[in-house]
Amino acid sequence: MLRSSQPLMGPNRKRCREDEVLLGTVLDEGERGFIIDTRSAQAAKQARMTGGGTEPKSSYPQWRRLHRPLERGRPLQESFIKLVEACNDPLINMDRWLSRLESCRWLSHVKAALSTACLAAQCMDREEASVLVHGAEGTDTTLLVTALAQVILDPSCRTLAGFQGLLEREWIEAGHPFHLRCARSAYSHARLKQEAPLFLLFLDCVWQLSRQFPFSLEFGERLLLTLFDNAYASAYGTFLCNNVKERRVGREVGTALCLCKVKESTHSLWAWLNQPGEKKKYLNPLYSHNALVIWPSVEPQSIQLWQGLFFRWIRSSQYLDEAWAEIQRLVEGN
Amino acid sequence: VENVRLLDRLSSRKAALGTLYLTATHVIFVENVSETRKETWVLHSQISSIEKQATTATGCPLLIRCKNFQVIQLVIPQERDCHDVYISLIRLARPVKYEELYCFSFNPKLDKEEREQGWKLVDLNEEYNRMGIPNNYWQISDINRDYGVCDSYPTELYVPKSATAHIIVGSSKFRSRRRFPALSYYCKDNNASICRSSQPLSGFSARCLEDEQMLQAIRKANPGSDFIYVVDTRPKLNAMANRAAGKGYENEDNYSNIKFQFIGIENIHVMRSSLQKMLEVCELKSPSMSDFLWGLENSGWLKHIKAIMDAGIFIAKAVAEEGVSVLVHCSDGWDRTAQVCSVASLLLDPYYRTMKGFMVLVEKDWVSFGHKFNHRYGNLDGDPKEISPVMDQFIECVWQLMEQFPCAFEFNERFLIHIQHHIYSCQFGNFLCNSQKERRELKIQERTYSLWAHLWKNRANYLNPLYRSDHGQTQGTLRPQMAPCNFLYKFWSGMYNRFEKGLHPRQSVTDYLMAVKEETQQLEEELEVLGERLANLQKSQLNDDKVKSKQQDRSKQLGLSTSDNSLANTPQEYSNDLKSFPSRSPSQGDEEDSALILTQDNLKSSDPDLSANSDQESGVEDLSCRSPSGGGCLPSEDSGKDSDEAVYLAV
Repeated sequence: MLRSSQPLMGPNRKRCREDEVLLGTVLDEGERGFIIDTRSAQAAKQARMTGGGTEPKSSYPQWRRLHRPLERGRPLQESFIKLVEACNDPLINMDRWLSRLESCRWLSHVKAALSTACLAAQCMDREEASVLVHGAEGTDTTLLVTALAQVILDPSCRTLAGFQGLLEREWIEAGHPFHLRCARSAYSHARLKQEAPLFLLFLDCVWQLSRQFPFSLEFGERLLLTLFDNAYASAYGTFLCNNVKERRVGREVGTALCLCKVKESTHSLWAWLNQPGEKKKYLNPLYSHNALVIWPSVEPQSIQLWQGLFFRWIRSSQYLDEAWAEIQRLVEGN
Repeated sequence: VENVRLLDRLSSRKAALGTLYLTATHVIFVENVSETRKETWVLHSQISSIEKQATTATGCPLLIRCKNFQVIQLVIPQERDCHDVYISLIRLARPVKYEELYCFSFNPKLDKEEREQGWKLVDLNEEYNRMGIPNNYWQISDINRDYGVCDSYPTELYVPKSATAHIIVGSSKFRSRRRFPALSYYCKDNNASICRSSQPLSGFSARCLEDEQMLQAIRKANPGSDFIYVVDTRPKLNAMANRAAGKGYENEDNYSNIKFQFIGIENIHVMRSSLQKMLEVCELKSPSMSDFLWGLENSGWLKHIKAIMDAGIFIAKAVAEEGVSVLVHCSDGWDRTAQVCSVASLLLDPYYRTMKGFMVLVEKDWVSFGHKFNHRYGNLDGDPKEISPVMDQFIECVWQLMEQFPCAFEFNERFLIHIQHHIYSCQFGNFLCNSQKERRELKIQERTYSLWAHLWKNRANYLNPLYRSDHGQTQGTLRPQMAPCNFLYKFWSGMYNRFEKGLHPRQSVTDYLMAVKEETQQLEEELEVLGERLANLQKSQLNDDKVKSKQQDRSKQLGLSTSDNSLANTPQEYSNDLKSFPSRSPSQGDEEDSALILTQDNLKSSDPDLSANSDQESGVEDLSCRSPSGGGCLPSEDSGKDSDEAVYLAV
């Protein structure tokens, strides 16, 4: 599975030999690959006007392009804000709750993200074909799809250590701009242009997988909530900045060069999480290594609202915590 | 009929070819695939509707919708045959006499005594004794011993001590269907009670001294409070409209010391329509999230469930927190009243959250108090306007509570689903007829078997591994969160999409934990035995002066494993672009498709068919699929299929 950003075709349909050769080397003679573009065909076409574009069939004959539009940017942030508002609204009665939930569209985004990741996984696992995933910038929906697809396909990404590795690889080092995307969250009045909850969407999708495959992930909901918290505000440097360069070299802030030097100046979230005392809080007592691919159902009935996150401060988790404690007790007793 | 195709709902490309049989009690589809010869059995009683669809090039489609939400899509090659099957099924699914029902031919091969014992498992007298009655405030009354006062009530009823026969009879004349106020639940901690009745025949201004005295008697039976609540579970408008027909509700001015309250649960027609709409949503092919949420809201189903729950919560609060007695009624006091009283009882008393207690609860508030099973669930062909999913709603309320309080119930989801199944199956005699009187006239207990005994025998399948009677959650009153709480009501896909395996979590946590619990217990027992042996050995070794270390092998290596992952699940259709994919729907019973989480040998307490039939990995059995030829019997399906008795209408 490969990821990139969009090819800079532009309005004049530029070609790039090197790019074509690069993609050509991925596939053997006669082999077919799939390009999953996370923009609609329309949007991808329009991108040409601003210098972007898609891979034309003629230049990339072995690659078949599929469009799976995934929401990103402002609309996704709006969806998130609306959902949080709906969850906190004391006045909605049961008559209106579901339509209000629907109007936020959040669950539709979860469904779309899971479906696209499954598609990528299907290409690889069932068709045994290589897949290239990209949107526009390659830093948002692209990473959502590639990271999720790996959780679906690869059992090692479902272990606690493997999942951390996945996050490092597919989100942090791949350059998801955490600083811009996870700025103020849902309550802020400042509607920042660059803010968007892609990472939260990813965590929600992983939560859906954990619900559908309760034995297959080594970690539980608590880890996902902790990651959500730390993406927005953290005592650790793991999610700081927007990319590797900024973390190493620093950022230009005004005229001064801000030396981030994250590794030298901060502590790693993983180091803390992996301490034996901490780690056990994040483990799933039902975990058992599942060597196979886990294919989720993306029917609406199978996708649920992540109560543990969206109702975290609204409803008591006491009874569910007790249930988990009981599960822990039963498994440990054995 | 041969060469019939059974289509899969999610993936119409996938169809099984086989033969369709009609017997006196079942429709059976047997697949041609020689290794598995998978069978799908549907009881006629379960058939809700049959739809003959337009003939296409491939054949004549026939859609069978069942009361347990199974939907069977058949394609019959010849139009003639299809028509014959259709006509036959219409007749078979609408019996006119009780004797046609399955329960009269069902034979689980028990002797007469076992059958009787089965019926004695639930004893309501014992139950009222457990509550602490009779006592200073409540007594048993046999005024209805010949059903002379009210023919839909049982022969034994509990009334306040100060309610004389005269008062009871007078009150019954002032109540719809003669259903006078009688005791449903008594809380011995504070003497508060829940009583139930039907609406008073008050019209605009009628009064009845005896009825007023009856309510006073209920109040006096609780010295801790100087008033009672009267809860009318109908919407105010409906109740008011009833006044024009000479019925209505209690006027606070006439009845001293009552506080009157409307709760607003809709009537049986609204509920029937609501379920219909929700099932239509379930039948949508590849719905979007929008389609689904809009459709679900439009049906109003969850809103109704919440309304029933809210009523139960109100009553439970009144009893537990205020110590005030409550009289509940609706129109006739056999639908909403039953729902609300049983929900309240569940919240109040942990006994009803045990398996046995739940059976007792259903027997008390539904069976004995004359819920009209025949009319509501169509045992016999009757007025379609009487059909309504009243008990289904109650069962769903229980499930919603189980989701909120996972440790509080001794039984699991499967228990509820099987009970729902049998409300419609007519395989047992518990849910037949409209009243105790009718059941006794038909001699049900002598001619049929009790569901409770059957479930009890298989109770290991129905246990909730997280239940501990000493757990905080299981004790005392359950207090569901009130507003905000809309989000707590979830769509119950385990019930309404029960037969679509692809939708459910592929691995059953319940089954796994039950197996873990069992194994731990067995290991602990073995440990004890070995410990004793060791002690004995040490004693004899002291005598022998030799030290022998014997390695005792465990007699059974119960290698409990969740990772028998030799079988994978399959992807659903994520895309229409990839037509080359072998995009099989996960809901078909392909041998490869299940993710069995337990090795076969370890499934001591679970359904034997888990080993035989690969689509059983979600923990929700497909009750209609099992092989009669010794492949094991699902707990709730009969094993004695008496194939020699069955009449094969090989069309």
